Amino acid sequence: MMRAFFRVAWQVMRKDMTVEIRSREILLTTLLFAVSVVLIFSFALVREGRAPDDVAAGILWVAISFSGTLAMGRTFERERYNDTLRALILAPADRPAIYVGKLLGLLLLMLLVEIVLVPMVGLLFAAPIFAYPGMLLMLLVSGTLGFAAVGTLFAAMLVRVRSRDTLLPVLLYPITVPVMIGGVRGTAALFQAVPDEPMARFWIGLLLFWDAIFVTLALWTFEPVMTE
Amino acid sequence: MQYLSVVDVARHFGRRKALSQISFSCAAGEMIGLLGPNGAGKSTLLNILATLIAPSKGEVKYGDQGANDGADVRAQIGMLGHDLFLYPELTARENLEFFAHLYGVTDVHSTATRALHTAGLVDRGDDFVAGFSRGMRQRVALERALLHEPKLILLDEPFTGLDQTSTAALVGRLRERQRAGCLIVLATHDLDVADGVLSRAIYLKDGRMVGSDTGSSNLADRYRRAMDRGPRNADSALWGGE
Amino acid sequence: MQKLTTPFIVLSAGMLLVAPWIINAAPYESTMGLVQKVFYFHFPVAILFLVSAIICGVNSARVLFWKNERADGWAVAAAELGFVLGALTLVTGPLWARKAWGVWWVWDARLTMSLVLFLTFAAYMLLRRYGGPGSDRLGAGMALFGMVNVPFIYVSVNVWRTLHPMTSVVPTLPTDMGIPLWFCFAAFTMLFVALLNLRATLEHQRTRLEALYLAQDEA
Repeated sequence: MMRAFFRVAWQVMRKDMTVEIRSREILLTTLLFAVSVVLIFSFALVREGRAPDDVAAGILWVAISFSGTLAMGRTFERERYNDTLRALILAPADRPAIYVGKLLGLLLLMLLVEIVLVPMVGLLFAAPIFAYPGMLLMLLVSGTLGFAAVGTLFAAMLVRVRSRDTLLPVLLYPITVPVMIGGVRGTAALFQAVPDEPMARFWIGLLLFWDAIFVTLALWTFEPVMTE
Repeated sequence: MQYLSVVDVARHFGRRKALSQISFSCAAGEMIGLLGPNGAGKSTLLNILATLIAPSKGEVKYGDQGANDGADVRAQIGMLGHDLFLYPELTARENLEFFAHLYGVTDVHSTATRALHTAGLVDRGDDFVAGFSRGMRQRVALERALLHEPKLILLDEPFTGLDQTSTAALVGRLRERQRAGCLIVLATHDLDVADGVLSRAIYLKDGRMVGSDTGSSNLADRYRRAMDRGPRNADSALWGGE
Repeated sequence: MQKLTTPFIVLSAGMLLVAPWIINAAPYESTMGLVQKVFYFHFPVAILFLVSAIICGVNSARVLFWKNERADGWAVAAAELGFVLGALTLVTGPLWARKAWGVWWVWDARLTMSLVLFLTFAAYMLLRRYGGPGSDRLGAGMALFGMVNVPFIYVSVNVWRTLHPMTSVVPTLPTDMGIPLWFCFAAFTMLFVALLNLRATLEHQRTRLEALYLAQDEA
């Protein structure tokens, strides 16, 4: 039972990755968008050639969430194109397994974007990204997971809605506020002049707790919201 | 033994009635045609049969199971949607193997090979579906729907955009499945092709069943007669007094 | 329930009518001055704002997991009321804040939570309005997340920064301030119950009318 669940999730993720590796469309567009967001923020915040302290974490997470929204919209647009989401739902597999597969695909994509994004922010805003690499990684993974868990569910349920492109961020951002606060505060604790390790560890714990709740809730909700 | 029975099914989307009072039942080995003009509710009915849409009223029985039995029922159903359900960025083989995994087929590779063989695309298996003609895509899509040997096969407008050879091949494949004891339900408005293929025709108009017959010829005439029997103007019927 | 609606509305209207006199009679708070009096409205409205989030979330869960169609009427009613109460909370709060902290808005746990919850209600209503057929299910999914979210936001901003007076001041209030407060609370609660009931009934009747309309020619 459990093996079948993960086999389906794995296959769905692998399929998404195969498509993405061939076109690289989502990765490249999302990445460029994330970079543009960082650029725009630098215009807003940099004064006399220097950015104020403490903004790097905020800019990083805003770029992650904006570009993540773009990526989730596109992954489900692909499933809509030949109505393949219907085919996935029609398969006798556990429906939550399909959710997990889509979530893992999205998570991987967002983490790939972050691999470029984080060093860039570190470079442009003089953030010490290598001071606590393990903790920074944990913050990025747990924060991105919480954001993607809600995003995947919402994007999936908005597939049939005409104004999905505008509704997705409108629904998603209020719900993911706690994840954003956790990500930004935790990262800021690591980036500040005197890093506050216990604070970062505290936020990682909180983020993991929220991830667990968001993922559980999404697994419950996916099946009922996907039947018309 | 009736395999599929539809009991007083209705479905509305908000105020819009897509279907009402649909009842029929059919046995394994039949080829049923859902006929009617655009907007008659053919696709909605197919989606209800596929458990993708829940009826607002009434129920559908698959043998002794209902739509709520979830995966067990879905495993018996193979559907070819109007949009074909294929990923254009993947090759034909990848598409087939992916869905074979999803359907829990045990020997994925050889099942996909067999499907490619039946579709007559053995040498095109590693080409992207995006580069296929409509007829080729249709063949892959049909084999994709049949991978897990479903008992109930649902097809939404399967003849659209096919040339004569492809149509004949499709009809042949469906007949073969019919002889193997599958129940086939197809929605179409192409009466010329459907004539002589169907073992039973169900006529839909404005979301209602306006007739059903089992003849084997002159489908166009029967269709015209059934459509004349239906309500001439849906609105007048709706607003008629109670 | 139904029968109580009219007396509740009349009673609460009467009470809210005399409320200004009762509030006026309450002692003048020396540090905050006149602005303190907004508290008599702010507190009940803010509490009911949270209550409507709970009602909306619980009923959404009933829609999703128990396929209870009537629950949808309650969820919609709670969401719309929550939106209005949220707006009132967000207007009355800053009036107090301006005097107490010298600014209209601070990023304190409760303020942030209220703003996010208000946005959630607004998003829910947008989804219901533009979601097309099936938006009741989608809305229910969204509302469920929205409700679970409330304590999370609270905790996260609380760790981040907090200024808002603790709720623990309420039981310690002097009696002559407590009476007008609970008087207003009772009036708002009755109004809330009545409006919620009215709106849910309207929604239920609309559903019934739809069902009748759809069943009309099936006799």
